[in-house]
Amino acid sequence: MSGEVTLTGWGRTAPTAAWLRTVTAEDVAAEIAAASERGLLVRGLGRSYGDAAQNAGGVVLTLRDSAPTLVEGGAAVRVSGATSLHDLMAFLLSHQRFVPVTPGTRYVTVGGAIACDIHGKNHHVAGSFSDHVRSFDLIDGTGVTHTVTRESDPDTFNATAGGMGLTGVITSALIDVLPVESAWMRVTTERIGGVREVMDQIKATDATTTYSVAWIDTLARGDALGRSVLTRGEHARFDELGATAAEARWTPPKGPILHAPPWLPRGLVSLPTITAFNELWFRKAPRHREGEIQSISAFFHPLDAVGGWNRMYGSTGMVQYQFVVPDEAEDALIEALRIIANARNPSFLAVLKRFGRGNQGYLSFPREGWTLALDMPAKVSLIPLFALLDALVLAAGGRLYLAKDARMNAADLATMYPRLPQFQASLTRLDPAGVFQSDLARRLSLRRSTS
Amino acid sequence: MIDALGQPRRVLVLGGTSEIALAAVSRWAANGAIEVVLAARPGPRRTSAANQVREWGSTATEVDFDALDAEAHPALINEVASGGDIDVALVAFGVLGDEEEAWTDHASALWHARVNYVGAVSVGVVLGQVMGKQGHGVIVALSSVAGELVRRSNFVYGSSKAGMDGFYRGLGEAVRGSGARVLVVRPGFVHTKMTEGRSPAPLSVTADQVGEAIVSGVADGSDLVWVPGPMRVVMSGLRHVPRPIFRKLPL
Repeated sequence: MSGEVTLTGWGRTAPTAAWLRTVTAEDVAAEIAAASERGLLVRGLGRSYGDAAQNAGGVVLTLRDSAPTLVEGGAAVRVSGATSLHDLMAFLLSHQRFVPVTPGTRYVTVGGAIACDIHGKNHHVAGSFSDHVRSFDLIDGTGVTHTVTRESDPDTFNATAGGMGLTGVITSALIDVLPVESAWMRVTTERIGGVREVMDQIKATDATTTYSVAWIDTLARGDALGRSVLTRGEHARFDELGATAAEARWTPPKGPILHAPPWLPRGLVSLPTITAFNELWFRKAPRHREGEIQSISAFFHPLDAVGGWNRMYGSTGMVQYQFVVPDEAEDALIEALRIIANARNPSFLAVLKRFGRGNQGYLSFPREGWTLALDMPAKVSLIPLFALLDALVLAAGGRLYLAKDARMNAADLATMYPRLPQFQASLTRLDPAGVFQSDLARRLSLRRSTS
Repeated sequence: MIDALGQPRRVLVLGGTSEIALAAVSRWAANGAIEVVLAARPGPRRTSAANQVREWGSTATEVDFDALDAEAHPALINEVASGGDIDVALVAFGVLGDEEEAWTDHASALWHARVNYVGAVSVGVVLGQVMGKQGHGVIVALSSVAGELVRRSNFVYGSSKAGMDGFYRGLGEAVRGSGARVLVVRPGFVHTKMTEGRSPAPLSVTADQVGEAIVSGVADGSDLVWVPGPMRVVMSGLRHVPRPIFRKLPL
């Protein structure tokens, strides 16, 4: 496969054209040597919402994956950078193991998971994806392959974990795995009427909970501001499974059940439809239910059941806004919710989660505090709303997530990520000619002295 | 790069003193600081345009540009492109002299044709190449309803705009798939310095309204916008009026 194609991120905004090629890891050094001034970039499964996996006018590579292998007596897995978490989960479950961190979709690659330093519902106890990466193989901008561990080369490790693919090509990684007793989750669900109560409940339960997240109705106002359904989960022990689940003890998640049709009417995601949906969803949630056995897909990846769900937002696409503010800035989070609710933009459920401590990744997103993620149909009128939220997040000492961002500006990024200069210094060392480029990097001037 | 909400980061204005172009720039600048390259003949009008852009909190660079000097266009545009990607290029230069002189005076006719058509083609070719290589970018061509339907009252200007309009519509088709995009803007009578002293036609608009149409057209991926919108229907109707009647219309 080769040719000029138009690419977007998952939000389907800001299309640009690039030369797309599918290659093996062995071909990467030759591609680097042949790169033009528009450079090259590796793209995984295109689940970043914005322009992180686009490289206008340059080359975009997708890599062929290879089969994972369990190593170190089953304590870790060696996996190619192009392997999807969907495939990795299927492999690991067949060996009674699970991935240490999963985001809200299984359709991301291992390379992308490291490059975005993704997080999941267990961040408060487990940290982010790269915290479980023992080592990775990275082909840098000069075509040299490094096997990098946190100890052997902390600078390269910290630049690459969260480095949005700009330090090089991650061809394989050695990752810790989690022993589990089944492919099922034991889930507690609670319906909670307001944001303060949700936050209190998360704080009270997180220490004894492995996976937790609250789904927030961002359209609710007044006393109902931030009304949520809080779900908490644990990997189910075998003796907790009912007969049906026990029979399918190791059944891995399947592919999408439904596909969004290619032609969808405009206005599917509009204020009335989403208001009605959110109301229904909140009402149907149980007040309090414990010990429900759910599949991995139902608990972690509900949206994966609908292939191409991003098309629901119509031809103009959508923008996701995800920020984190420190613990001491709880009020900023509540203020942000109030601004969002009053703006009356249709937004499907937003996700609220409390992060544990961040790591040393220079551009790694998570830090201790509260994170909120929501998406809205893209339109020009969102510019002032996001500008207001940006200012609030900045003032609270928070930051935005680059894997989601599609519109922030370079000056704000530098304030939000104080280790940007270290990142840029690493790029100068690992990729002196500036081979690795992306639309995101151009938009946010992630590379020093180029635009 | 143009972001998900249609906001560019770096804009080139060819005809850097154009009121319509500056109206668009002011709207982008209000959404966040951008980098603006003003290409125009040196002089107080260009200086004042640059100062205005700076007052809006954005950065302005001035470069010398003469629409009549087509030979110099490729080097100039390539030089601007080497300083960073051109997200949006506004082709906003044009002249409108005395309408009767324009077809009776040879020099005046050539001046209209060279600035409005030859100059526009000259920069369009280079912009198409530059943006195709970038893999992204929007070329905004400021056309006119005068070019949609050429009328006796200003047919030299109208015919030059007709040619320019046709060129950019075609360029838009030619660059499809390259990441570059062309937006043709067809305003009716616009109240600007260029039209000062002329009596406005029906459905006349302000430079700011055209600027707004440019900003939303860039954001929503349009390839053709009429300003005001109803002008499209009016012009479509006028096209079918028989010539003997059309001739008598006060247009």
